[in-house]
Amino acid sequence: MTQSWQKELIQTLIVALMLMYLLPFAINTFTLSILLIYGMLGLSLGLIWGFGGILCFGQAAFFGLGAYAYAIAAVNIGESTIPLLFAILVPAMFAMLLGAMMFYGRLADVYLGVITLVVTLILFKFINSTAGPAYVIGKARLGGYNGIPGFQTLNVPGSPDDYIWGDAFYYVCFVALVVVYLLVTWLLRSSFGRVAMGIRENDQRMSLMGYDTRARKTILFAIGAAIAGFAGGLFANWAEIVTPGLFSLGQSAEIIIWCIVGGLGTRLGPILGAAGLAYLKFLLGQQSLIDNTLITGLILVLFVLFLPKGIVPAVANLWAASFGRRPKNSRRNVRRARGGLNG
Amino acid sequence: MDFAVVVLVEILYAIASLVLISAGLAVVFGMMKVINLAHGEFMMLGGYVTITAVNSGVNIFIAMLIIAPLVVGLIGLIVERLVIRHLYGRLVDTMLATWGLSLFFIGIATMIFGNTTTGISSPIPGFSIGAYQVNGYNFFIIVVSILLILGVLFVLKSTRLGLIARGAMQRSDMAAALGYSSDRIYMMTFFVGSALSGLAGAVLAPLVGLVPTSGGAFIAKAFITVVAGGPSLVAGLLASSGLFGIVGQVFSFSVSPVMGDVAMLIAAVILLRLLPQGITGRFFKGKL
Amino acid sequence: MAEVVLETQNLTMRFGGVVASDNVNFKLNARELRCLIGPNGAGKSTFFKCVTGLLTPSDGQVFMRGDDVTGWAPHQIASLGVGIKTQVPSVMDGLSAFENIWLSARRFLNVTEANHKTDEVVSRLSLNNIANAELGRLAHGERQRVELGIVLAGDPWLVLLDEPAAGMTAEDVEQMTQIIHEMLNTTAVVIVEHDMQFIRSIASTVTVFHQGAVLMEDHVDRVMADPTVRNVYLGKNA
Repeated sequence: MTQSWQKELIQTLIVALMLMYLLPFAINTFTLSILLIYGMLGLSLGLIWGFGGILCFGQAAFFGLGAYAYAIAAVNIGESTIPLLFAILVPAMFAMLLGAMMFYGRLADVYLGVITLVVTLILFKFINSTAGPAYVIGKARLGGYNGIPGFQTLNVPGSPDDYIWGDAFYYVCFVALVVVYLLVTWLLRSSFGRVAMGIRENDQRMSLMGYDTRARKTILFAIGAAIAGFAGGLFANWAEIVTPGLFSLGQSAEIIIWCIVGGLGTRLGPILGAAGLAYLKFLLGQQSLIDNTLITGLILVLFVLFLPKGIVPAVANLWAASFGRRPKNSRRNVRRARGGLNG
Repeated sequence: MDFAVVVLVEILYAIASLVLISAGLAVVFGMMKVINLAHGEFMMLGGYVTITAVNSGVNIFIAMLIIAPLVVGLIGLIVERLVIRHLYGRLVDTMLATWGLSLFFIGIATMIFGNTTTGISSPIPGFSIGAYQVNGYNFFIIVVSILLILGVLFVLKSTRLGLIARGAMQRSDMAAALGYSSDRIYMMTFFVGSALSGLAGAVLAPLVGLVPTSGGAFIAKAFITVVAGGPSLVAGLLASSGLFGIVGQVFSFSVSPVMGDVAMLIAAVILLRLLPQGITGRFFKGKL
Repeated sequence: MAEVVLETQNLTMRFGGVVASDNVNFKLNARELRCLIGPNGAGKSTFFKCVTGLLTPSDGQVFMRGDDVTGWAPHQIASLGVGIKTQVPSVMDGLSAFENIWLSARRFLNVTEANHKTDEVVSRLSLNNIANAELGRLAHGERQRVELGIVLAGDPWLVLLDEPAAGMTAEDVEQMTQIIHEMLNTTAVVIVEHDMQFIRSIASTVTVFHQGAVLMEDHVDRVMADPTVRNVYLGKNA
């Protein structure tokens, strides 16, 4: 087991290094940075939904919280290292509370969807209504629908005047995504990850085996939120402004679409889905013939109907089939991954 | 005193509009266990149909009460045949597919009507209670939603179709076993549900400036009203609309309209935490 | 010697006006085997659910090795070292047989020990051929056996089995009988069962449930010869 882990580690690092070097030849680094950030956001939902069976309709809330936590802390502190920690910790704490409330209340499937969706809306409405001067945290005005502009962006830790931007920011994002990806890989190989997959498959059986499934789901939920928050913190640095739109339902919908299109129950699927679709949207944004939203919607409908396991498992199966190895990820497997929630 | 009357009217109006915007979703969820996340866009389409019809010279009441429900119902029918029927029994998948549909419709509306606000003026003039000006159209909405509830009750209680529908709500497999094609029942249900969504969108059109993304404002409220209502269609709808309407208005008046919405959503979260099966999962059991 | 591992005192469960479990007093000694029988709706399953924490009894108490566990969550009860198998095969269908059993072993052991334990259980239940197959694709009897493996892997001192023989072939049942007899070296076993053939082949003492209450408790042969029990089973009014 340790040997295959080392092998995967080395493979991942080699592929990542090559991509990191090659990608800027095809796409400019500013666009690449946001694709990487979205990839991390996709991975955050892919982890809790694909491996934990928790369908969160409000992953954007954690993304937005991370971005706002970064912005507010950066305005107050005037450097970027501690704010980035806030971007991870604040959403994680929030998810811990929310998760505990939901999972200890034995809420599942639709009800989980309702609550996460509603909480996202509450945050959206609340942040939108904070235009007045009364809404201040330290030196930072929340600014309502105008958002918070002009905060300290990423700098070399310990020296606030050395900004990291442009190509350097791209490399930071790339390394961050690779680190998060490896951490997720490690988590899924650990006992905690395997227990989480057991809970996805059969919650009651796992609790009859002596596992406290409520606590474990809460922790997994918080880990997903931490990753989404980290992505949010990086996003704040990329956009140099945070606005309530980050909390919107449209944003949440997009994260879900990334996961479905890329493939649930895989780690690469949500990352590739996110980067691919975000890039597609970027390309589509340059034409005005067909509305962007229409295409996004169509993609979601078509994938649910015709390719519910997503692209990555389909390609993996095709690969395995044509090279003589038996497919490991069966259709049923993925269906169950999502359908732990099918009531 | 005048103020009390105004508040009372506003609360009644809030409840009525919640009933109105949730009815279509409730019918579809109650009968088919399908959460139609494109419900808000069906309402938006109902609004656009009404505005288009009125602008081409149709009487506004005919446009709202007849044309819009029919057109949106037909759109619903097409959607059911093309997409939903392949996904029955897969709750999460239908939710995702209808979410996709909602984006699809927003896109279409943007391409046809553009990303600008359109509207029509209210056909009923306002009047004053003491020192307060009241929108006369609010009473129209209260009346429409009362008629709607009575209509649904009548259909469910007194018609053959209603009997089959109630059977299907309890046990869809039994209805099928008794020789009623559940395929047909679902088709009809989705038509009726979509038509109700279209009606709601049409009736509310004079009150809101319509943009292609207007549906988003309704779906969350409709969603929480239906899920918090629980298994009984009419009783659940009335109970949760009543609760959320009162909570929302009390906070709107005492704090601000935004806090009214936020309070409503928080009430929904607390309610679902305490009663995971919805209000009628615990109370009013066995009612319609 | 005769340590009491499971005891209920006046255990009562009401659903609205229905009394599904009525004042049940039950005692089980270490390494004892007990079968619970009774017609449908006699309250066996409700009793089972109250003991495993899936339901919280309306009245009365449950003790395990002297601890009052009334109202505990299922995972807390399982953590004491109680192996539970529910009525329908309840397994992780998307995972392999090995992973299923490993997850159970891992609850009480570290990774290396859990790997060993899983290997041991797999060969003890002769699951070697199917250990790496995805469970959802296996036959009913095989999945039942895997679930038995899940129970064994936790090294329990009390095992609660709800209808373990349901849907199994005669061959499977025979193997299971043997496994259960082996288990009795280390653990007490409670079996809820319909299949009288199976009960005769394994049981010594039987507790008969009727209308939520305990009707009688005796050796299987005497129970089967009892006219009241026969009436209950044949539907004549007792």
